[in-house]
Amino acid sequence: MQVLFFYLVAFVAVASGLLVVTCKSPVNSALALVNTFFCLAIFYVMLHAPFMAAIQIMVYAGAIMVLILFVIMLLNLGVETMKKTTHTVWGIVAGSLVMMLTFFFIKRGQPANISGPITNEVVESVGHTQLIGKHIFVDFLLPFEITSILLLVAIVGAVILAKKEV
Amino acid sequence: MTPELLSMSNAPWIFVSAMMVKILLVFGVTMGIVAYATWVERKLIGHMQTRLGPMLTGWHGLLQPIADGLKLFFKEDIIPAQASKVPFLLAPLMILVPSLITIAVVPFGGDISFTYHGQTYLIPLQISDLNIGILYVLAMAGLGVYGITLAGWSSNSKYSLLGGVRASAQMISYELAAGLAIVAIFMMSESLSLRDIVAAQREVLWGIESLPHWVHNWYVFSQPLAFCLFVVTGMAEINRTPFDMPEAESELVSGFCTEYSSMKYALFFMAEYANMIVLCAIISTLFLGGWDGPFWGPLNLLAKIFSFMLFFMWIRATFPRVRYDQLMKMGWKLFLPLALANIVITGIVMVL
Repeated sequence: MQVLFFYLVAFVAVASGLLVVTCKSPVNSALALVNTFFCLAIFYVMLHAPFMAAIQIMVYAGAIMVLILFVIMLLNLGVETMKKTTHTVWGIVAGSLVMMLTFFFIKRGQPANISGPITNEVVESVGHTQLIGKHIFVDFLLPFEITSILLLVAIVGAVILAKKEV
Repeated sequence: MTPELLSMSNAPWIFVSAMMVKILLVFGVTMGIVAYATWVERKLIGHMQTRLGPMLTGWHGLLQPIADGLKLFFKEDIIPAQASKVPFLLAPLMILVPSLITIAVVPFGGDISFTYHGQTYLIPLQISDLNIGILYVLAMAGLGVYGITLAGWSSNSKYSLLGGVRASAQMISYELAAGLAIVAIFMMSESLSLRDIVAAQREVLWGIESLPHWVHNWYVFSQPLAFCLFVVTGMAEINRTPFDMPEAESELVSGFCTEYSSMKYALFFMAEYANMIVLCAIISTLFLGGWDGPFWGPLNLLAKIFSFMLFFMWIRATFPRVRYDQLMKMGWKLFLPLALANIVITGIVMVL
């Protein structure tokens, strides 16, 4: 049952991923990308990571893609702009390189077979959100704070770049 | 025998059938409220403006929603020649579906016990108790933006585009303040699951035992600021009247749904009311104890939802529309800092 469901979602994810690159209209591509994000969120749920799934939808589908869509809509890129930028040969070369790399890792990579302290049962009993919260705010507090300061600097930088006179 | 929580593993067939019944019931009730909310709104605003509202179809216009539905159903479905077809068709669905599936996590009553073959099962009156309930609600609210934005863009008309752009800017800014306003609730309940949040609100107010036993720990008492912020930002997020910039009739004809007709227009209309019901249900669950109250669980929740909807309609009848720059200034410079300050204060009080 679960395997069937996985293949169904995987099929939708791959199909919408293909639509992202093949659609003529950029808005349709963006919509297909939203669909891909949604499928990824379903994968997170199936991997016992519901918090990641919610964050995936909130951040990627709910915020970032809306902004991208916003920009596409306002610039109103036509079909002509799309046709100018086709690099079929390089696309095929890069795509096959990535594919070879993936197959290499799938063939070579052995799972370490060491189960860490966080197993599916622990996630089920403690709760995914609680586990993530504990690790971020207790074990990795300093890296977390450093990341937040980095993001703050980026936000201030963006505001300064966008505003002519501060 | 000890009662067990009904799940897929202990009784699959009962679980599936109970689930279907719950889903159909919730969907049916929601759709019923959607249909009659239009009638109530027209009557109420009519009487507030010393008019009568719909009177001709049925007793005091009681059949008006059905007549409207039939009229829209038989109207010609026009797709503008210059519109982008796929987003134009998808937009009404993308706005209605997120609001309807959000209702799945709202608990509407206590557990019902059900005995089958000597084993007692407990059926929770909630379609799905997600571990991440509130985040799910916020995520679905985020997806609702697409419908309006796409409707505005794909119609290829200047009014629609302006409506769509306004809607997406407004919804993104207010989503942030709404999300931050309810962070204080998670901090107090220490859970994201709506079922646990309701359970936490059934205890004695602030742990004071000398109070009468019917005074419950509803979060509106501990978090009045978060409550006000969430109501106002929620109203902005579902584009109700003081904040209905996306479809400001006096400026933009009908905003993002100008070019829509027939059933697609009806879907937008239904989505507006479905969003309102969901928002009222979420506010009641987070701040007013959900199904907790003097009557049977579902009735309490419905009473809270109805009073909030009447409140929103009252506001629609009495308040003028805010100006767009005031709207954005209020969202970013007033509500966001207030929500952050509320989190800080809650944190300090909890540590003390």
